[in-house]
Amino acid sequence: MKRLINLQPAPPLRFILGLLPLVLLVLLYVWASDARLAANPVDKLLPSLGQFADAIKLMAWEPDKRSGDILLWVDTLSSLQRLAIGIALSALFGLMLGLVTGALPLVNAGFSPLLTLISLIPPMAILPILFIVFGLGELSKVALILVGVGPIIARDMQRQTREIPFEQLVKAQTLGANSLQILTGVLLPQLLPRLIGSIRLALGTGWLFLIAAEAIASTDGLGYRIFLVRRYMAMDIILPYVAWIALLALIIDQGLMRLNRRLFPWYQSEGGR
Amino acid sequence: MIQINNLWKRYGDTSVLERINAEVKEGEFITLVGTSGCGKSTFLKLLLGTEQQSQGELLLDGKPIPAEPDRHRGIVFQQYSVFPHLSVLKNVMAARAFAEGRISALLLGRRRREARAEAEALLESVGLSHVLESYPHQLSGGMRQRLAIAQALVLKPRILLLDEPFGALDPGIRGDMHELILNLWHQQQLTVFMVTHDLKEGFYLGTRLWVFDKIRHDPQAPQAFGATITYDIPVGRTERKIYEEIDNQLRPVAAV
Repeated sequence: MKRLINLQPAPPLRFILGLLPLVLLVLLYVWASDARLAANPVDKLLPSLGQFADAIKLMAWEPDKRSGDILLWVDTLSSLQRLAIGIALSALFGLMLGLVTGALPLVNAGFSPLLTLISLIPPMAILPILFIVFGLGELSKVALILVGVGPIIARDMQRQTREIPFEQLVKAQTLGANSLQILTGVLLPQLLPRLIGSIRLALGTGWLFLIAAEAIASTDGLGYRIFLVRRYMAMDIILPYVAWIALLALIIDQGLMRLNRRLFPWYQSEGGR
Repeated sequence: MIQINNLWKRYGDTSVLERINAEVKEGEFITLVGTSGCGKSTFLKLLLGTEQQSQGELLLDGKPIPAEPDRHRGIVFQQYSVFPHLSVLKNVMAARAFAEGRISALLLGRRRREARAEAEALLESVGLSHVLESYPHQLSGGMRQRLAIAQALVLKPRILLLDEPFGALDPGIRGDMHELILNLWHQQQLTVFMVTHDLKEGFYLGTRLWVFDKIRHDPQAPQAFGATITYDIPVGRTERKIYEEIDNQLRPVAAV
C-alpha cells in the first residue's frame, strides 16, 4: 500500500469523487425540504424541487404581468452589461496605471502612495458619495465596480510589470529602444495575458460590488431581484438566481481562460502565471 | 579603445572591485574568470552601463563610457535575454524596429521587408533558419542562446558582452557555441568581454584572460577589500604551470 499522499485518483474515480459531495448536498436538501413541508405545507424556507421548477418557469419563460418582460433575461442582461463595462474600465485603468508605475520609477514615486491609500478605503464606504455624485442611474453602479476592482488590478499589474526580468529591459536598451518603445513593445504585450489572469481573479470582487449596488438602488438586475423577492421570503426564486449567477461566473471564467490560451500561446508554458 | 584607470566599485561598506587598471584594444577577446562573488559580473555591468563605478575612470575612446546601455554594446545573459512573446524571427527583427521606429516598434513596407531579410540571413548564420516562426519556449537552451547572440549582433555593436552565456548548456552543445562565437568574432571584428566560470573555456576562447581575485584580506572585515585583476595573460602562450596555479585557485568553486 502506497502512502496516502501518493495515491492519485484515476480519471473516472476523480469525476465521481468530484460529483459525490454535490449529489449528497442535493439529497440532503431534498430530505430536509420534504421533512419541513410534511410538517407545514406552506413553509417557504426550503421549497421542493417542483416549486423551484414552477418559479424558474415563471421567471425565465413567462412575461411579467405588469411590464410584459421576461424578468430573468432582463435582469441578466442589465447585470452583465454593468459588470462588463465596470470590469472593462477597471482593466483599462489598471493596465495603464500598473504599467507606468511598474516601469517608470519617477511615476511610481508620485502615484504609489496615493494608490496604496485609495486601495485601503473600503469601496462600500464611498458608495453614498458615488450615489450623490453620479446619481442613482447606471453610472454610479459602474463607478462602484471601478472603484472596487480598478485598484486591485492596478496593483497586480504593477507587481507583474516589475516581475518581467530586468535582463529583457537591458537587452531592449542595447537594441536601441527608447522608453516608450520598451513600454509598448516589451512590457505591454507581455502584460496582456497577465491582465486576463488578473481579471479572472478580480471578477469575484466585481460581482460582489455589482450585487451590492443593485441591492441598494436599482430597478432591474440579478442583485435587485434577489433583494426584492427577499421581502416575500421567495426562496424558490432566490436559490435559482444564485445558481444562475454562479453558472454565469463559471462560464465567464472558463471563457477568459480559453481566450488567454488562444491569444497568447507563448505565455502558457511559463507556468501559467 | 577602452582605458581603465584605478577603477573602484563599492556598495556601501562593501568593496567589490578595487584598483583596476587595464587597456583594451579593438578586436580583443577577453575572458573574465574568478571565484563567484569576485566582481566579474559587476565589472561587466560597469562596461554595460547599468552600474557606475564609485571611483576611477572607465573610458571608451577617451570619453567616459555612457551611463546607460546603448546599441554600441551588445549583451547576452545566461538567461532571460530573448523576448518570450515574439517569434524567433520577430525577436531579431525587433532590434531593427527599435533602432529605426520612432514611437512604436512597428516597421512597415520596404523597411519591414529589409529587416526581415536581414534577420533571416543572420539567423541562417547561427543555424536557426528552420525555426523562424517558433517561440523561445519551444527552443532548447542552446538554440535560445544562439537566438540571443543573433539578436545582440543585428545592430553591429562594437563591443559584445557575454555574461556566462553557456553556463547552463550541456558540454557537447558548448563546443558548437564556442565555434559559433569565434566565427562571429572574426567576421564582425568585435571586441568581446566574456564572463565564465569554466577556466578551460577561458583559455580556449580568448586572446586574453583576466583573473579576478582579492589580494588583500582583512579577517575582521571580509568585505573591506575588493577584487582586482590578478592575472592578465595573453592566451596562446600560457605556461602549464600558470594554468595549474590558476586552476588550483579556482578549483573549489569549479567543483560546485
